[in-house]
Amino acid sequence: MSSIHIKLKEQDCQDIKEICETFNNDQGELINVLHRTQEHFGYLPAEIQEVIADNLNMSLAKVYGVVTFYSFFTMTPKGQHPISICTGTACYVRGAEKVLEEVKKELKINVGETTPDGKFSLSCLRCVGACGLAPVLMIGDKTYGRVSPEDVKTILGEFK
Amino acid sequence: MTLINIKINGQELQVEEGITILQAAKKIDIEIPTLCYMNLKDLGITHNPGGCRICVVEVAGRRNLAPSCVTKVMEGMDIKTHTMRVLNARKTVMELILSDHPFECLTCAKNGNCDLQTLAQTLGVREIHYQGEQSSYKSDSSPAIIRDMDKCIMCRRCETMCNEVQTCGVLSGINRGFTAVVAPAFEQDLIQSPCTFCGQCVAVCPTGALTEQDHTNKVIRALADPNKTVIVQTAPAVRVALGEEFGLKPGTIVTGKMVAALRRLGFDRVFDTDFAADLTIMEEGTELLSRLTKFLAGDKDVKLPLLTSCCPAWVKFFEHNFPELKDIPSTAKSPQQMFGAIAKTYMADKLGVKREDLIVVSVMPCLAKKYESQREEFAVDGNPDVDYSISTRELAHLIKQSIGDFKHLPDEDFDKLMGQSTGAGVIFGNTGGVIEAACRTAYEIYTKKKLEKVEFEQLRGFEGVRSAVVDFDGLKLNIGIAHGLGNARKLLEAIQKGESEFHAIEIMACPGGCIGGGGQPLHHGDINILKARAAAIYREDEGKAIRKSHENPEIVKLYEEFLGQPMSEKAHHLLHTEYFDKKKKIYIEK
Repeated sequence: MSSIHIKLKEQDCQDIKEICETFNNDQGELINVLHRTQEHFGYLPAEIQEVIADNLNMSLAKVYGVVTFYSFFTMTPKGQHPISICTGTACYVRGAEKVLEEVKKELKINVGETTPDGKFSLSCLRCVGACGLAPVLMIGDKTYGRVSPEDVKTILGEFK
Repeated sequence: MTLINIKINGQELQVEEGITILQAAKKIDIEIPTLCYMNLKDLGITHNPGGCRICVVEVAGRRNLAPSCVTKVMEGMDIKTHTMRVLNARKTVMELILSDHPFECLTCAKNGNCDLQTLAQTLGVREIHYQGEQSSYKSDSSPAIIRDMDKCIMCRRCETMCNEVQTCGVLSGINRGFTAVVAPAFEQDLIQSPCTFCGQCVAVCPTGALTEQDHTNKVIRALADPNKTVIVQTAPAVRVALGEEFGLKPGTIVTGKMVAALRRLGFDRVFDTDFAADLTIMEEGTELLSRLTKFLAGDKDVKLPLLTSCCPAWVKFFEHNFPELKDIPSTAKSPQQMFGAIAKTYMADKLGVKREDLIVVSVMPCLAKKYESQREEFAVDGNPDVDYSISTRELAHLIKQSIGDFKHLPDEDFDKLMGQSTGAGVIFGNTGGVIEAACRTAYEIYTKKKLEKVEFEQLRGFEGVRSAVVDFDGLKLNIGIAHGLGNARKLLEAIQKGESEFHAIEIMACPGGCIGGGGQPLHHGDINILKARAAAIYREDEGKAIRKSHENPEIVKLYEEFLGQPMSEKAHHLLHTEYFDKKKKIYIEK
């Protein structure tokens, strides 16, 4: 379970309520509601899931079950600059693992985590369709190709 | 109904369209092994996620094996239930399940009573060809239920009971792949969740993943302490089910042997919760009449319908889900807690022992009673009214451990002063029983006439929600009855909307009432066992010389010597309680 807790404001609850209403408070639309809510808040902390469960009149355990089933949903906030490292076959064989290790070392976080200052978060993905540039690293919308572990420090430096 | 022709193991037969292969095979007594499948059809509960793949069979012309619990029969289907391919597949599936299951059978609480163990034996698993990582989860120990998810096989029967039947919504499948498990939201412990501790998840768990919080050792320690006087109370539903643990037929009444066994275990006094059930009727029945009288006199503020309050899982259910209705239920404590309160005052005086030297043990068909006995409001200066609550299964373990033989014990009687009970107290164990017992007493007090026929047949039955009209000499009382918390929810929602016409409603959390409680011998999905227990309860009632609570001489004496009148100040202090709003609040910053 995530240890991140937030304090919801009246307006936040209102926003969630409106998202749920867009989907007619239908329990069958839970995944869509979660998508829209994550778009709005950036992540889905426990408190937000509680408000969603309340609005859709369904059990909190079920909401949490869906959030933890799909890897797209996250209970920790993404950093200001989300880092994605491709570990698809091509990138993997060309050393993505070493790049990943270097990023972890540099930022002192694991995959799925965010730096305490909220600047960077780290995730892995499978293939961005740029296998010719393998290994590939993305920060936000910016793509870096043929990255070596030695490049990591410089690349991260651009965002510090 | 359209009939279709199929063939199972070469045998031709006609079956209704739409049934599954598993159901069709059963018709010709072919047993296909199952694991995740659960069918309590008389309660309208079917659980067939088709997840475990143990029930696979071969269907001619079909490339892969078919899970028989979810595959419907089709015209001309040619099914084979135990070919080499099928047997090998079942064994492989079993080995894969076991490869991620702890090998702790000898020390597991479910040893000897485990569906997984039985099936491994049936399938002839002697070796596990797959080795790898084993999943590990934090264990969760609540006052009533222990969750050891390392032993979970993801059959998800508990989830069906918790969500579909009881509508508590506590358990859900979470995560995916290797880390998938059944857990409360945010993997919190049960005690932090809206769990009612009804124990229906425990009752259907095929492994040792969900078990009761075992208090047998604490009871043994108390019995061995020479400075303690240890007394015991036994709930009505225990005596019609305990025998099953010793190989007796379901529905065998073992009251006398149970008393004998408890005496041999070393309890100083063996008393009856049925006595306290009679006491509950005196208080709850009086409360009902008092509310009714006010209502009939035109008092608009009086709270109706009165809801029964003897079931602790039900009490916790409305505290979490319907806190705004918390002043509708009767304030009468449950029989277990009434017994404890009287035992530690009236009985402690009679026995000449101090409160702290008197240990009250209860034997209950229930796991929620363990939680109830630990509620803060049921203690005086930290000393609980009921010290330990053990289930029917735990009592059976105690007897097996210390006495061994049960079937040949003589029949003995309960001890005096809190041991006498009436048929009205006994029927508390069945759905509809509490309200029938209340009607027997309330009728006579209200009409001042003798009841010709004590049975209120219209209140009996097995349907989840029932309603009946009881005629109190011209005053027509509308009675509602629900068993299973999902059914209770329907009646409560009607009350919320102001659509309820009932004067009184009885609610029991477990299907069938206490006879189907979470602490009873496991029925392994056989609903006929519950029916046999229910019939035994009514037989026990018929065999009683006194069948109305207010005629119980020990109850009469208790009021004369100690309590005064029902609802007196003393009775209010000792026998009534209050309820709390336990709904989780969403904290919003202003």
